Amino acid sequence: MDIDAARLIAMAIAAGLGVLGPGIGIGLIGGRAMDAIGRNPDASDKVVSNMILAIVFTEALGILALVVSFIIKFVG
Amino acid sequence: MEQHGLHIALSAERLGTLFGLPIPNTLVSAWLVMLVLIITAFVVGKKPRLVPGPVQNFFEMIFEFVIGYMTDIFGNRERALKFFPFVATVFLFIATSNLFDFIPLFGSVGLFHNGEFTPLLRPVNTDLNVTLALAIIAVLTIEISGIVVVGALRYAGKFFNFTSPLNFVVGLIEFVSEMSRFISFSFRLFGNIFAGEVLLAVVSYFMPYVLPVPLMAFETFVGIVQAAVFAMLCLFFIKLAVTDPHGSTHSPQAGH
Repeated sequence: MDIDAARLIAMAIAAGLGVLGPGIGIGLIGGRAMDAIGRNPDASDKVVSNMILAIVFTEALGILALVVSFIIKFVG
Repeated sequence: MEQHGLHIALSAERLGTLFGLPIPNTLVSAWLVMLVLIITAFVVGKKPRLVPGPVQNFFEMIFEFVIGYMTDIFGNRERALKFFPFVATVFLFIATSNLFDFIPLFGSVGLFHNGEFTPLLRPVNTDLNVTLALAIIAVLTIEISGIVVVGALRYAGKFFNFTSPLNFVVGLIEFVSEMSRFISFSFRLFGNIFAGEVLLAVVSYFMPYVLPVPLMAFETFVGIVQAAVFAMLCLFFIKLAVTDPHGSTHSPQAGH
């Protein structure tokens, strides 16, 4: 296997596996937030802003994996 | 990557040097952002009137909201006013530079250098140097405000605690997590904006003119949210730093 092919496979694995966890996490966050809004619709403003904050933190991990995959592909 | 027809540069392109210092194109766009911010500040703050006009009203509304939010966090309006300039500056700079990502001149106007195209302007936060500089500024501000408000010895006692082996290990973990903020701050912002740029490049390669438009709207939203997250994290960490550490070796009169 030459180095370019290895690089492509490594990039795909890094990006694909890296977004797996954040995907599950964002699903859990969104689901729980919907639960909370369903129980107490008056608090939806607070819940939604906190939900977006939590989603951004979770998403950052996936983005980190994406950056690593770009570095594998394009640097060196 | 010319053979794929898709040009993605991880690092900012160098335009020239000034006194031996390289001038990358992100620096030029950062100057543009700063110029816009300074001009806006002069125009808005030139003649503050008791009965505000629409522009002054708009900015006063936003600032009142932010100060109110910070007062909620700190529980103290005086301290909120003290840290307001830093947090608001960070937010304004990042938000403005993210809003500038998609105006037409960015990435399309440039010069040919040895047959290679270099864009003159490049989105500011797609350069790790910029976000790392912002992260260093943020972390230094957090640590220094902790030292100034709590006191150097007590603040250090949060990390180097010799009362028991368990406390020592906890303090070390705290210290490592404090230092990892450099990486988390800088990579979060850089990764989000850069991934957005790459996504747009890839998408406009597959389906030009149609698909990039909603994605650009989404990336604008992401940019604003990232700016807000950066500023809010600064705020929360400052709040954590200026709060008296619990379980410190000498905190007989801890107020919290």
